[in-house]
Amino acid sequence: MTCLPAHTDKKLGLAIDLDTCVGCQACVSACKGWNDQGYGASLSDQNPYGANPSGTFLNRVHSYQVAPDEGAVQTIAFPRSCLHCDDAPCVTVCPTGASYKRAEDGIVLVNEDACIGCGLCAWACPYGARELDAAAGVMKKCTLCVDRIYNENLPEVDRVPACVRSCPTGARHFGDFADPESNVSRLSRERGGVALMPEMGTAPTNRYLPPRRKDTLAAPALAPLGDFMATGLAGWLDRILGGR
Amino acid sequence: MNQPSIDTSPAVSDEMRQTTCYMCACRCGINVHLKSGRVSYIEGNRKHPVNRGVLCAKGASGIMQVTAPSRLQMPLRRVGPRGSGAFEEISWDEALNLAVSWMKPLRETAPEKLAFFTGRDQSQALTSWWAQAFGTPNYAAHGGFCSVNMAAGGIYTIGGAFWEFGQPDWDRTKLFVLFGVAEDHDSNPIKIGLGKLKARGARVVGVNPIRSGYNAIADDWFGITPGTDGLLILALVHCLFEAGKIDLDYLARFTNAPLLLDATEGPGKGLFLRNADGVPLVIDRQTGAPAPWNGKGVEPDLGATWQGARTVFQHMAERYLSPKYAPEAVAERCGIAADRIRALAAELARVAFDEAIEIAQLWTDFRGVQHQKMPGRPVSFHAMRGISAHSNGFQTARALHLLQIILGAVETPGSYRLKPPYPKPADAHPVPHFTAVPGKPLAGPHLGYVRSPEQLALKPDGTPARIDKAFSWENPLSAHGLMHMVIANAYAGDPYRIDTLFLYMANMAWNSSMNTARVMEMLTDKGEDGEYVIPRIIYSDAYASEMVAYADLILPDTTYLERHDCIGLLDRPISEPDAAGDSIRWPVIEPDRDVRGFQSVLLDLGARLALPGMVAEDGSPKYRDYADYIVNHQRRPGVGSLIGWRGADGTKEGRGEPNLNQLARYIENGSFYQAHIPEEAQFYKPWNAAYQVWAVKIGLYDTPQPYLFALWSEPLRRFQLAAEGHGPAQPPEHLRAQLRLAMDPLPIWYAPFGEAGAGEYPVHALTQRPMDMYHSWGSQNAWLRQIRGRNFLYLPTKIWAAQGFCEGDYARVTSPSGEIVAPVAHMPALNENTVWTWNAIGKRKAAWALDDGASEAKEGFLLNHLISELQPAQADGHRRANSDPVTGQAAWFDLRVRIERVGPRDHAEPVFPPLPRVVPKGRTRA
Repeated sequence: MTCLPAHTDKKLGLAIDLDTCVGCQACVSACKGWNDQGYGASLSDQNPYGANPSGTFLNRVHSYQVAPDEGAVQTIAFPRSCLHCDDAPCVTVCPTGASYKRAEDGIVLVNEDACIGCGLCAWACPYGARELDAAAGVMKKCTLCVDRIYNENLPEVDRVPACVRSCPTGARHFGDFADPESNVSRLSRERGGVALMPEMGTAPTNRYLPPRRKDTLAAPALAPLGDFMATGLAGWLDRILGGR
Repeated sequence: MNQPSIDTSPAVSDEMRQTTCYMCACRCGINVHLKSGRVSYIEGNRKHPVNRGVLCAKGASGIMQVTAPSRLQMPLRRVGPRGSGAFEEISWDEALNLAVSWMKPLRETAPEKLAFFTGRDQSQALTSWWAQAFGTPNYAAHGGFCSVNMAAGGIYTIGGAFWEFGQPDWDRTKLFVLFGVAEDHDSNPIKIGLGKLKARGARVVGVNPIRSGYNAIADDWFGITPGTDGLLILALVHCLFEAGKIDLDYLARFTNAPLLLDATEGPGKGLFLRNADGVPLVIDRQTGAPAPWNGKGVEPDLGATWQGARTVFQHMAERYLSPKYAPEAVAERCGIAADRIRALAAELARVAFDEAIEIAQLWTDFRGVQHQKMPGRPVSFHAMRGISAHSNGFQTARALHLLQIILGAVETPGSYRLKPPYPKPADAHPVPHFTAVPGKPLAGPHLGYVRSPEQLALKPDGTPARIDKAFSWENPLSAHGLMHMVIANAYAGDPYRIDTLFLYMANMAWNSSMNTARVMEMLTDKGEDGEYVIPRIIYSDAYASEMVAYADLILPDTTYLERHDCIGLLDRPISEPDAAGDSIRWPVIEPDRDVRGFQSVLLDLGARLALPGMVAEDGSPKYRDYADYIVNHQRRPGVGSLIGWRGADGTKEGRGEPNLNQLARYIENGSFYQAHIPEEAQFYKPWNAAYQVWAVKIGLYDTPQPYLFALWSEPLRRFQLAAEGHGPAQPPEHLRAQLRLAMDPLPIWYAPFGEAGAGEYPVHALTQRPMDMYHSWGSQNAWLRQIRGRNFLYLPTKIWAAQGFCEGDYARVTSPSGEIVAPVAHMPALNENTVWTWNAIGKRKAAWALDDGASEAKEGFLLNHLISELQPAQADGHRRANSDPVTGQAAWFDLRVRIERVGPRDHAEPVFPPLPRVVPKGRTRA
């Protein structure tokens, strides 16, 4: 049993815009690429050229078909990674203290030196956001690129998670939800950002900006310039060019 | 709380090198990080004009491509039967001497017997020059099976095209309509642009049978029936004409709408009336008299008639006001309700005219008229293969440009903007050259833009001069050739037999061919003399693709991080609407295998063959390698591969003598260069005097060439006249009706040829390109194949429910020419008469160093088996190519099928035996 901090100074997290995400998987590869050589053990791939390849990914994008009450069925791309919950059950369930939430910024991390790979945290997480690396035997999860966001070897503009830096549509936003004037707080407010499955009581930090209403185009038809069938081409030409 | 202390500032790498991505054709700038000399991480280059720092799933997985076990290791020579996989490793000297021993006698006796076709390469400026020097007419890249309809439809109409050759004015557009695009060449720029539109709430409309990806985030989705986009577009045109919502000023000044058309019966009917100097005429509103279209201060009159001749505009009105293009008349066929078509037309008109914008910028047009402002129509479009890979795709592309033009929405602020070297009208492009003379180079470039029947690539006896029958009556304007017909024609000896087929980076034994199983037989069949029907095949590729097994000689290429490349204005540059731009690749790592960059190999072959331009006066090779060529080759005096840092001291832009330090300067600048267009020249480029001056200055062309957008196409009309019996060059009888229909000088819609078999095959079948895979390349990538290792045939609810499909089921899919059995999945957000799958996920067993049981090879499948390169025989017995009759573009998406549930299975059909392995099976990743 591991304790959560009573308070975190910051609540760093992501606002993910589902109205803009095209499901291109750029964030998935960017995350894999950075974290394969970044914090902790690398992200291994089992059977990479075989029948059932299976590797560790800290971020995955799924696609869903959603039928609204009225109108055509929609497709929604849905990126999924750790939500850095305030009441993170993956932390409290950890028997060794390896899983913890940072007091300074709220990032949920795994101390791999203390992780015994028991998998309890993955079982406790209602979002499926943790993956046990089969080669390293330790639990891997989104670190919000803790080795990028404070990294003084990177230009300041690049001190954001790899998924955010890479996102071609700009659908992923990184910031501090504890600051009501931060980019992510503002976006979430303006766009009605939602927490995922709040009924689980996990108090996620990340927010999803819901898709805007679709298929609303209903402009009235243009008024004809006259009755073409009655007046023919000559009449139409007179009307359209008459003012010239 | 005892938090562990962690290092939040680890060193990112030992070194970072900037080059250009090649995980697809987008050409993004990348930062390649190295640790201990090995690639450790790849990210986008923030300063790069194409991607501004972002990178797609493919680009960020490049590290897995340069270490893939599928990489070829050294040159190979076939020693057993073709296709058996019996190869021996040979040295580069042996390989090159062998190639020369095959090619040299051909050049000396019959150069056309070498057919050289390239796939997804980005070095056509070099490969075409090489083929021209060799003297074979049989050269093209892969545009014929990709999207030549978009290119030709665009060039013949607006002097530019979609692809990546132009883009919406992302910062100003308020309404963006996307036709037939799941993913495109301009992959990251489109995503960046969509992100901008979404951030400011601009409306995005997607017209696509499938609501995936870009269409999924569209505010409004039009789930159109495949092959009817042209009809929908012309219905929108109808509505705009009906309501008079067209930009008359733009049409009068900048298009050929006011030109007068000869109405006299005979060989000139429907061509422009011309003055004694051959200049087409308009009626000047100031004088009421005929005047040359480009005369100083002339104000063309759209409504004029003169001696019985009417303007193009009047012909347009007559056609598009016809009730046959009314939304109510097309709704059922398009699968879109008439009121939705009318609503879209109204929204186009509202945004174009009621929300018009302007930039306060003085400019002068080609008639010498000064304009105080640049008015703009903030409506933009993009379109690609979904509308073009049909047998009516050329006319559909033309129709879309027509729609843009009547809205005044090309090259105006907020609309669609061309990128240098475009705008460039068809008349400024070369015409095809095709006469092979033993021992001599071809007289000019192979590919071009035909203006009249006399320019077709025909022999004196009227038979096609080219092996792919490009520029023949079957497809007169085939500006990119017809790579998809090369193997079938060479096999059939129609129009003639060849000796050596030389292919680069084109997977013709698998996903790049129609009728794939038959193509494999064509490659291995022998004639009565015991020789292969296609006697020799040379292939260059970096990876163990399906094509490798069918070659006699393999020239192993490098990966993209191990090579030099040039992405320049002689080919397909990385320009932006307000800047010409080009870029390079350079070896940021050295190959660990005995492989060589294909372009260097090609120059070496050229020197060994003593091809003109490739040897010095003393007979030694003129260029050390491709890098040397990039710097020192001059196409015209002062104009070479790259525009940046020219001149001995590197101070010249566009034109200037070679600079030996040029590549170093590029590398210092992130491997790219941009030449910015002056402010007053950034819009209205085809007519903007300042742009024309700038374009000449940097070497895009040698004299100013203003032109009018071609709503009425004279080249098309000239072919139609021939089909009507006029002129000395006459088509074969069986093609007259097709030419009269398809070569209509005004955009038109006709049913795709695949419709002929619609009765028994009621369902349309399509493929889409995933954003995370580039054709066949992705599956060898350990990360990308985990993202998309399987493809399903996606079925709409109507078919899913009617046949009681369940998860895990397979379906038998039958077309007029083939049958497959494929796994299915349900997708409700889909046109109800359409099924589809991801392109090129299916792999041949043992190709790409994958396990025989890999999902791509077991459950994966291709639709290619269902598509024939020929259409069924017509009443007169002729079988036409399954291509657009104007350009020859492969009509992939005309495919019609029927679907039957076969229940659960564990593998797709057809099943082919595993390919012999030319590299060991991959086990662990680097």
